[in-house]
Amino acid sequence: MRKYSLNIAFAVGCLLIVAGAQAGLFNLYVQSVILFMGINIILSSSLNLVNGNMGEFSCGHAAFMCVGAYVSSIVTVLLFAQNKILGAPLLPPDLAPFFFPIAIIVGGVVAALVGILVAVPSFKTRGDYLAIITIAVNYMVISGIENLDIVGGPRGFMGMKQVVYAMSDVVDIPWMMIWTLLGTAFTLWILRRYISSTYGKGVNAICQDEIAAEIMSVNTNKIKLVTFMLSSGLAGIAGGLFAHVIGYVNPQSFNILKSTECLVMVYLGGMGSLSGSVLSAVLFTLMLEALRPLQIIKWVIIPLILVLLMQFRPEGIMGNKELSDVFPKLRRYFTFK
Amino acid sequence: MSLLKIDEMTQRFGGLQAVSKFEIELQGGELVGLIGPNGAGKTTIFNLVSGFYQPTEGGISFNGSNTAGLKPHQVTSMGIARTFQNIRLWHDMTVMDNIRIAQHYRKGYSVFDAFLRTKKYRDSEKRIENIAWEMLEAMDLKEFAHELPKNLPYGLQRRVEIARAMSIKPKLLLLDEPAAGLNSADVEGLIKLVRWIHDNFDITIWMIEHQMKVVMSLCQYIKCIDFGATIAEGTPEQIQNDPTVIKAYLGDDTI
Repeated sequence: MRKYSLNIAFAVGCLLIVAGAQAGLFNLYVQSVILFMGINIILSSSLNLVNGNMGEFSCGHAAFMCVGAYVSSIVTVLLFAQNKILGAPLLPPDLAPFFFPIAIIVGGVVAALVGILVAVPSFKTRGDYLAIITIAVNYMVISGIENLDIVGGPRGFMGMKQVVYAMSDVVDIPWMMIWTLLGTAFTLWILRRYISSTYGKGVNAICQDEIAAEIMSVNTNKIKLVTFMLSSGLAGIAGGLFAHVIGYVNPQSFNILKSTECLVMVYLGGMGSLSGSVLSAVLFTLMLEALRPLQIIKWVIIPLILVLLMQFRPEGIMGNKELSDVFPKLRRYFTFK
Repeated sequence: MSLLKIDEMTQRFGGLQAVSKFEIELQGGELVGLIGPNGAGKTTIFNLVSGFYQPTEGGISFNGSNTAGLKPHQVTSMGIARTFQNIRLWHDMTVMDNIRIAQHYRKGYSVFDAFLRTKKYRDSEKRIENIAWEMLEAMDLKEFAHELPKNLPYGLQRRVEIARAMSIKPKLLLLDEPAAGLNSADVEGLIKLVRWIHDNFDITIWMIEHQMKVVMSLCQYIKCIDFGATIAEGTPEQIQNDPTVIKAYLGDDTI
C-alpha cells in the first residue's frame, strides 16, 4: 500500500483536476495556469536531471523544447489540420485523440536526438565550456527554424488549435489538461525510476567525481549520452504540449530567456531534488501569475527574488534533499523509489 | 602465464619523459611494492595501467589480453581495481550507494529495464545489493552503510575506498599510497587490512607507498623508480641496502 500511495494520491489529484475542469469549476484562466504548471514541472525536473544530478550546466534547455514543439506540431497539423503549405489533413479528425500522444512522443524522440548535439561534446568538456555549447545549440535551433520557410520562419507556426478542436469534437472533455497531466506523470515516473536505479546513480557519481566513476566501471560516456537524451526528450514533450496549449509557436518563444526560466526553476527548487523541482515549478508559475498586475515591473521583482534567494538560501528550497528526507514522517505514507 | 605484463612502457607528456621503458611482470597472488621519490612517475604508471593514459610506447597485457585502447571502465571490468592517493569517494552518497555504483559493469540491464522495472532489473538490483552487503560485512563496515563518507573519519574513508575497489572483485588491486594521511594507529590497521585481503581473497596487490614501514612489512618484492626509470628492484632487504635507492631518496654525499 505504502509503495503505491504516492501514485494513487497523484492519480486522484489529476482526476479531480480533470473532473473539475470538465464540470466547469475552474474558469479557463485557472485551467491555463494549471496547464503551465504541468509544463513547467516537466521542464524543471528534466533540466534538474542534467544540472542537478549530473552537475553539468546546461543553459539551452529551451532548444529541445523548441524542437519538440515544432516537430509534434508539424505532425499533428499535417495529419489533422488544414494548412496552407502542408495541405489538407491526411487522416479523419476522429483519430486525433489516438494520434496526438504519438505526435508528442515523436517530438520528444526528435528532441532527444538533437540532445546528442550536446551529449557528444560533453564527453570531453564540462563546466563552463559545455554551458557555452548548450547556448550555442539553443541559438542554432532557433536560427535554423527562423530560416525554414516551410514552418513559417520567424512568423511562427499555427494550426494546432484545429487539432485540439478536432479532439474535442470526438469527445468533449478537457483533452489538453489530460495530456499535460499524463505528460507530467510520465516525466516524474520515468525520472524517479531512473535516478533511483543503480544505473541512474551513476549520474550522481559523475557529478561528484567523474574520474572515480570512470575507474569504478561506470561507462561515463554512455551515461552522459543517455542522461542528456532523456532530459532533452522530456523537454521536447513539454514543448509539444506547450505548442498545443498555446496553439501557436514562434522560434523566439524558445530563446535564451525561456532557458533561463527553466534554470531559475531548477535553482529555486534545489539541485538534484526531484520534489524540489516540482515544488519550485508550481511556485514559480503561481508567482508569475500573482505578479501579473505589476506588468513589466514583474521582471524587476522576480530577478530580485532570485537575488535574495541566492543570498539567503543558495541551496534552493529543498537543497539536494527530497521531501521525504526533510519530513521523515512522510515515509510512513509513501516511499521514494 | 603472468597476470600483468608491462613491456618496455614509455610515456611522454610533450618533452617530459614521465615513464621510460618500465617493465614488470606480476604473477597471481603476489604483493608487490612500487616506491620512488616524489615525481618519479609512480602514479603515472598506475594511470597507464588503469587506462587513463595510453602509453606512448610499449604495451600492457592483463591476463593475456592487451589493454591498449581500452577505456578505464573497460579495464576495470577486466578485473583491475584501484584506489587513489587522495580519497575519491562520492562524498554525498551513502557508503552503500558508493559500493552499489561500483557494480555498474555487472548490472546487466539496459536503461529501459530500469524504466519498466523488469524482472531482469529487479534480479540484478537484488544481486548488486547482496554483493554490497557481503562486502560491507567482510570489511567490517556494515554499521556505516547508511552514513555519508564525508562524515566518517579519514581512516574509515580509506577502508570504504578499499572496500569499494574490492567489491569489483578484481584480480589485481592497485593501491595508490593507501597510508597517505593516516595516523600511526590507522597505519597499523591498514597493514592488517591489506594483509587480510591478500590472505583471504584470490588477489594480486600492487601498491605505491611512501611509508617504508608499510612497504617493508607487506611487500614481497619491491621496484624502485626515479625519473620514470627503474633504478632498483628486489626483496625489501635488498632495496633497503641498495646504494642507488639511498642516493635517489637522500641525494649524494658530495657537494
